[in-house]
Amino acid sequence: MSVVSAKFCQFCGKSSDEGDHAACQRRLSMIDPPRYCAECARRMVVQVTPGGWTARCSRHGEITSAR
Amino acid sequence: MTAAPEQIDVLDAAREQVLERGVGLDEQQVLQVLELPDERIADLLALAHEVRERWCGPEVEVEGIVSLKTGGCPEDCHFCSQSGQFPSPVRSAWLDIPGLVRAARQTRDTGATEFCIVAAVRGPDKRLLSQVRDGIKAIRADGNDIQIACSLGMLTQEQVDELVEMGCHRYNHNLETARSHFPSVVTTHSWEERWDTLRMVREAGMEVCCGGIIGMGETLAQRAEFAVQLASLQPDEVPLNFLIPNPGTPYENYPVVEGPDALRAVGAFRLALPRTILRFAGGRELTFGDLGAKQGMLGGINAIIVGNYLTNLGRPAQQDLDMLTDLNMPIKALSQTL
Repeated sequence: MSVVSAKFCQFCGKSSDEGDHAACQRRLSMIDPPRYCAECARRMVVQVTPGGWTARCSRHGEITSAR
Repeated sequence: MTAAPEQIDVLDAAREQVLERGVGLDEQQVLQVLELPDERIADLLALAHEVRERWCGPEVEVEGIVSLKTGGCPEDCHFCSQSGQFPSPVRSAWLDIPGLVRAARQTRDTGATEFCIVAAVRGPDKRLLSQVRDGIKAIRADGNDIQIACSLGMLTQEQVDELVEMGCHRYNHNLETARSHFPSVVTTHSWEERWDTLRMVREAGMEVCCGGIIGMGETLAQRAEFAVQLASLQPDEVPLNFLIPNPGTPYENYPVVEGPDALRAVGAFRLALPRTILRFAGGRELTFGDLGAKQGMLGGINAIIVGNYLTNLGRPAQQDLDMLTDLNMPIKALSQTL
């Protein structure tokens, strides 16, 4: 999962081009699933399970931790 | 001038009192442990590990947890991203029964003996209890004999009895912090209401799982107070969490607990609770990293949550299982818990 080329930060929901998202990246790499859609910044419905997660945007569909 | 009486070193006292006799430290002693200088942490952890091995044995209990109902909670627990009272990015979600069965299977496949079903609620309503009942049935129908615990908030006596009848063997309900600090953390219900649920759970014959979160602005004295309050409850298990400052919560800007402070807490809680299952729970990844997790496992911890948490992610389960192998710590088998 990468937020580098995304329009919006999946941790804080702000524009990826504005501000410093290093702390957001750290959280996403360690303990947080994506919370905001990278395409539209909508809050996603996230389900975490012991072995993975799914995150669903009402407009852009579902992403998962499955590789 | 009279010389001051020589103060007995708290770790020397703990060796005789806790290690030899199995009597937990009192509040003043726990505070002394929490105030130990950094150069005594290694001694503390070594003693805590001896205490754990002496009174609990070498096995580590492995557990997985899953959120059945996420977000939208009416309570205002200031640490929690699932409260509906704060502008947290966590949205409401329900896990369906097939998803619950898969989560239980994933957990069982790690070698875990415990699977805890959690819901972000003040207390369960009929719909939630029905979902739990159907979920437990489906997990059993899947051929999964893992022990099932629940964490569904505050209960009535009728609900306690219903959970026993469903086969829930352990109930988690955290007191979260010291009684004196609780009103700063939660205002929508009281510490005493939580205590009442725990009392009913114990009297009904379920195992009591009750812990809390370190790093919510409590003083060291309150941390010590919390340890002995937990000890007075005589819980079967204490999950020890370290605050994850989640966005949108009142604690989002609180600092992450420093590793040495967290290790002191681990050792101190073990010395206050020599016979209890002491579980590494949420926040250890941020607080400790990989090295600190090993130090904790060698400092009194004898249980871990593997895989992800409720809304946050944990380390991959295999990473923790490999750590236990490296540490030569056997995983408690299901046969030992029945």
